[in-house]
Amino acid sequence: MKEIRLKAPVQPEDLAKLEAGMVVYLDGVLYTGREGLYRRVLDEGLGPPVELAAVSNVNFHCSPAAAVRPDGSYQVGAVTATASFRFSKWMSRWFDVSGCRMIIGKGGMSEEDYRQHFVPNGAVYLTTVGYGTGALLGRGIKRVRSVHWLEELGIAQAMWIFEVEAFGPFLVDGDLKGNSLFEIENRKVNAKLTDAYAGLKEPALRRYGETTSRRDEVI
Amino acid sequence: MSGPRLIAASAIEDVAFELTRQAAIVIPKDYSDGIKAMLETEENELSKFVLKAMVENWEAAETDRRAMCADTGLPRFYVKAGNEAMVEGGFVALEKALRRAVARATSEVPLRPNRVHPLSRADHNNNVGIRAPEIDYSFEPEADWLDLTTVHKGGLFGTDYRMLFPGDGLDGIKKFFLDVLVQFGRRGLACQPAIIGIGLGGSKDTAMTIGKQAACLRIVGDRNPDPKIAALEAELKALGNSIGMGPMGFVGTSMVVDCHIEVAHTHTGGMPMSVHAFCLSSRRAVARLRAGGKVEYRTDPAWFTSYHRREGVE
Ligand code: SF4
Repeated sequence: MKEIRLKAPVQPEDLAKLEAGMVVYLDGVLYTGREGLYRRVLDEGLGPPVELAAVSNVNFHCSPAAAVRPDGSYQVGAVTATASFRFSKWMSRWFDVSGCRMIIGKGGMSEEDYRQHFVPNGAVYLTTVGYGTGALLGRGIKRVRSVHWLEELGIAQAMWIFEVEAFGPFLVDGDLKGNSLFEIENRKVNAKLTDAYAGLKEPALRRYGETTSRRDEVI
Repeated sequence: MSGPRLIAASAIEDVAFELTRQAAIVIPKDYSDGIKAMLETEENELSKFVLKAMVENWEAAETDRRAMCADTGLPRFYVKAGNEAMVEGGFVALEKALRRAVARATSEVPLRPNRVHPLSRADHNNNVGIRAPEIDYSFEPEADWLDLTTVHKGGLFGTDYRMLFPGDGLDGIKKFFLDVLVQFGRRGLACQPAIIGIGLGGSKDTAMTIGKQAACLRIVGDRNPDPKIAALEAELKALGNSIGMGPMGFVGTSMVVDCHIEVAHTHTGGMPMSVHAFCLSSRRAVARLRAGGKVEYRTDPAWFTSYHRREGVE
């Protein structure tokens, strides 16, 4: 597998090198942000707590297992991403307002989201691995530069600004061509799925549901 | 109340704190051995990469003494009390000790303060709240010890329930099993390879409870003592690994590190079934406390004793 180490904030020429399925490690600065941040900035119209473009263009969908020590310093233990598909509705506006060009999260978004929101904004999506690689990612965080909206949003939703080194591993899910690694893999899995169910009869009572096709995803 | 046969409440709090830290940091050996065995057989490059990263992650967690996954799950306790065991201050004192231990561990390990009120979303920042941590009980005849097990199950995905009917038979069971793996396995939402626990029978809540306990309280390699159920466990494990899906929903053969089934006598007309996935951070830790302060740590809860699974009137 191809592996690459990038500096954050990320440069457009670096992003152009990324292909779905590549392994990525990051050095530099990034910030965490999820629905709490998006709601305040995008839905409630509050100005971001810092000049985002000046800090970084890498947004991590994560909430760290962190604690504020009595002396006001921070202890960051493990770091794990949260499922990103829930945030796709905010993405286009977020790229606009923040200048963000790389989203790191869990599980990716749909190929359609990448083509609609990411590619036009020159942005890529990296997924964490596993997904329980919290200790490895925790190791990559060298310093908490600052925390914003800790009181308003709580530890999990606050905006943490991290200085990182060899932060990873991540896998490129959405590249600038609009490919999604997950959907590429889904299509391969789907091709064999009927075999797994071969010969099993349907249960007597069916269920109302959002999807009846096994080829569909439930996200 | 005091005496040689009493288990001290302060000891319970200390042990519960230690268990909470152990569970968050150290992956149980049965589970990591199971994943290492899957690494030997997995042929897909992406799936292999994920499994290797997980093994490195557990090593990093242990070396650095940090939580293996930042989603530290929902800490809860299973208490198995010997019929002769006596707790200083009684079981109210025990429950207080467990709640205190979770609150303290949340800031000291640290754990993520995951527990919020379901409507207001208010967070006490200590993983304690209404019915949190959950505490479940079981008893054991002719014993004077107290077994404390903590489980930190994560995962918003990977659990489902369905009312099947006797006529649906094994086909119904297999199909629902596959449905759950496929729907939550995509993109690895269930953080597989997982220990899959299945609850069959009882009433709806029983089916959920025993299925979850099958996933969280039985170790990789354990088999149900009923040979027919044991055979079904092995069959479902093989079926799950033959879907063609692996970790993160990539192509692969590593989906189910083991499958455990627990049953309960049920309504003659129905066959309720639940499926639960205990994820790549299968966190559990166990200690046996005795009067006099002796404590032994282990990772096998030994929850399903023959008394626990008893069938007869007595
Ligand atoms: S399901 Fe398990 S491994 Fe995955 S993020 Fe949650 S706790 Fe971590």
